[in-house]
Amino acid sequence: MHKIITKKEIAPAVKLFEIKAPLVAKKARAGQFVILRIDENGERIPLTIANFDAQRGSITIIFHEVGKTTKQLGGLNEGDNIADIVGPLGNAMVSKKYGTVVCIGGGVGIAPIYLKIKAFKRAGNEVISIIGARTKELLILEEGIRKTSDELYIATDDGSKGHHGFVTDVLQELIDTKKNIDLVLAVGPVVMMRAVGNVTKRHGIKTVVSLNPIMIDGTGMCGACRVTIDGKSRFACVDGPEFDAHLVDFEELMNRQRIYLDEEDVALQKFEDHKCH
Amino acid sequence: MSLRLSMPELGLKKRRHSFDEVALGYSAEQAIAEAKRCLQCASIKSRNIKAECVRGCPTETDIPRFVKYVSEGDFDSAIEVIKERNALPAICGRVCPYENQCEKLCILSKKGEALAIGGLERFVADHERKKNIKVSKKAETSGKIVAVIGSGPAGLTTAADLAKLGHDVTIYEALHEVGGVLMYGIPEFRLPKEIVQAEVEYVKRLGVSIQTNVVIGRSIGVEGLLEKFDAVFIGTGAGLPRFLNIPGENLNGVYSSNEFLIRTNLMKAYKFPEYDTPIKIGKKVAVIGAGNVAIDSARVALRLGGEDVCIIYRRSEKEMPARAEEIKRAKEEGIQFKLLTNPVRIIGDEGGWVKQIECVRMKLGDSDKSGRRMPIPIEDSEFTLDVDTVIIAIGQSPNPLISKVTNGLKTTRGGAIKIDENGRTSLEGVFAGGDITPGTATVIEAMSAGKRAARAIHEYISR
Ligand SMILES: Cc1cc2nc3c(=O)[nH]c(=O)nc-3n(C[C@H](O)[C@H](O)[C@H](O)COP(=O)(O)OP(=O)(O)OC[C@H]3O[C@@H](n4cnc5c(N)ncnc54)[C@H](O)[C@@H]3O)c2cc1C
Ligand SMILES: Cc1cc2nc3c(=O)[nH]c(=O)nc-3n(C[C@H](O)[C@H](O)[C@H](O)COP(=O)(O)OP(=O)(O)OC[C@H]3O[C@@H](n4cnc5c(N)ncnc54)[C@H](O)[C@@H]3O)c2cc1C
Ligand code: SF4
Ligand code: SF4
Ligand code: FES
Repeated sequence: MHKIITKKEIAPAVKLFEIKAPLVAKKARAGQFVILRIDENGERIPLTIANFDAQRGSITIIFHEVGKTTKQLGGLNEGDNIADIVGPLGNAMVSKKYGTVVCIGGGVGIAPIYLKIKAFKRAGNEVISIIGARTKELLILEEGIRKTSDELYIATDDGSKGHHGFVTDVLQELIDTKKNIDLVLAVGPVVMMRAVGNVTKRHGIKTVVSLNPIMIDGTGMCGACRVTIDGKSRFACVDGPEFDAHLVDFEELMNRQRIYLDEEDVALQKFEDHKCH
Repeated sequence: MSLRLSMPELGLKKRRHSFDEVALGYSAEQAIAEAKRCLQCASIKSRNIKAECVRGCPTETDIPRFVKYVSEGDFDSAIEVIKERNALPAICGRVCPYENQCEKLCILSKKGEALAIGGLERFVADHERKKNIKVSKKAETSGKIVAVIGSGPAGLTTAADLAKLGHDVTIYEALHEVGGVLMYGIPEFRLPKEIVQAEVEYVKRLGVSIQTNVVIGRSIGVEGLLEKFDAVFIGTGAGLPRFLNIPGENLNGVYSSNEFLIRTNLMKAYKFPEYDTPIKIGKKVAVIGAGNVAIDSARVALRLGGEDVCIIYRRSEKEMPARAEEIKRAKEEGIQFKLLTNPVRIIGDEGGWVKQIECVRMKLGDSDKSGRRMPIPIEDSEFTLDVDTVIIAIGQSPNPLISKVTNGLKTTRGGAIKIDENGRTSLEGVFAGGDITPGTATVIEAMSAGKRAARAIHEYISR
């Protein structure tokens, strides 16, 4: 059992939980994730470790309420318990000195890049951050990221803040104007990661993305999370989740994320009906 | 000579849509009658002569002695005899390939009517469970502590034996449930999960502590465990699913048998939406492979609503590695067998969903090293089958996580952890057994490996 110590709503339908998980907190590194199961009937879902504190024995997760499990999770309160949390899972790239690193976060993908930005800074890199969302309310962690990064750019789909358009427009401009970029890290919706990959490929800039296929065990047992990298099948939970963007088959990933659309609707419908009574 | 008593089974009609156990077990009268058929072949302890059947059992259960008690109606004494050698009899009595082990060597098998040893073992264990399982005697506390990684049959047995010897044992399990393949792999209708949990309870009552949701190699390393514990046992099993490496394997609708069975058994997707985890099953299902895992997958697919379920296997019936009894039941339930057939690619529709599977016909050539005849493709014999679900069940490889992150732990080319005859690995104080080591592939073998390792660990920490 893992107790929720702090709960905050940091944007509409985006929640932040600090949860007791001493074993995970002790070993966690930026870029790794946990798998949690709320209760006996629950599904196992992966969430990135957005922060960790070994001393307090806690981890922080930030999640977007998109379906049954994340909505149910969002309904829990401080003091409530989560049945199972396992981690830290996945490999994370070493945050060594590359030179100039551009960190791009889209939507809730902004959460995982925050730790990465800090780690890249600590390793002595110049860090330029670009965060993007549909609209300005969804730009989470802006203040922290601004403080940690050497430069911060913002893009919103509706133009309510920063550049009116996509994060890739900003990236393209950075490349065009001046910057000698050594590494790009992008975390967010698959379409965004694919678009970033397309831009940087043209300019030969090494780019790492964090993939989010459907997972179950997270330990390499089921193969549900398989993705095609450079023509070869790999398991994102143990071989990733970070991969070279230029080698990822994004079409396949998007397709595989849609396998359970119908069932996800059924589960959500049942959950909402239940809540109303 | 009287004939072997067949075990009552769930009716065929009921079976197709239910996850209830298929084999129903003997009644007390039936068990006594069956036990009376045993010839009580001589076992002479002093001269170390064992009855044939005992030689066939990997844990050397004293079969004549327990069967004698059954024939006398003394089931309590019978279970004590079994438990001298076997901590999980209700499980072995269900899933042991006894037709190839104890029953194969039984004298009565010469006439084709081997004693139903597995069935009797199951009866006795079930009888005990209904009454409450008695905890075996334990030695005095030794003050030594041992970590066991993995809670499959290998880990559970090692832990139980060490606890009985007075050691303080902690099991670390990566998943949220205890039992390994017994929980996530073998389906409910063949091994009810309630029975696995009863046996796990028994191990806990011996004083073993179990921590779930701990992935060794991630949450803690083997090195970290060695700092705290006097010895470590690795029983992490063969959890890495193999794929065919043919085009189309990542299409939607293609499962590894592991994913298919984990969703169904561990996450209870067959009860979706009462349970949150979904599973998607088409009307036309092809399962590739012919081991226990493949047969289980096919029978699960049928129960989840698959209408045309077939097994695709590149060799002939004779070479199928699954248990004969289960193949027979699968056939009764209506599963088709497409033998001497090998898939070459999986074909998808525009939406990225599997639509067809292209296969080639095979013929058997010369024998390979294992003595099985090698399948060879017949030229220009390709054909396609319409399918909407494909399950790849061609086997699992040893779980690579721990060996990848543990310095100095030697493995074979196939990734299995190397051990000597006592279960010792290349690292001091680290032992291993079960499917993570070479040559093990059954529950009972995993258990006997666990027993051997427990003895060796006991010696090692008591030096
Ligand atoms: C390594 C990794 C890290 C992630 N980190 C975060 C994070 O920090 N914050 C966050 O908000 N989201 C994160 N996600 C995505 C998150 O796991 C899904 O949003 C969540 O599983 C949705 O579950 P649901 O029941 O609420 O929604 P559903 O309605 O079930 O699904 C919505 C969508 O989420 C995806 N999804 C569903 N089930 C799973 C599953 N078991 N595993 C993975 N994806 C699934 C599917 O593509 C689906 O279409 C991460 C995913 C991965 C793989
Ligand atoms: C579908 C199916 C049907 C089968 N049918 C039969 C049958 O009828 N008869 C028979 O005799 N055999 C059968 N087998 C084979 C049998 O189940 C195995 O040989 C046996 O379970 C092996 O036991 P084990 O203890 O070595 O490993 P497992 O049972 O695989 O247990 C290993 C455990 O270790 C855990 N683990 C792995 N890595 C870590 C880690 N890093 N940290 C912590 N925990 C970890 C896993 O989660 C798992 O719980 C079947 C197998 C399958 C998959
Ligand atoms: S454990 Fe298996 S092999 Fe041994 S007696 Fe029982 S059924 Fe037979
Ligand atoms: S070999 Fe058969 S008949 Fe003889 S003791 Fe064993 S079970 Fe009984
Ligand atoms: S989530 Fe099961 S193998 Fe990756």
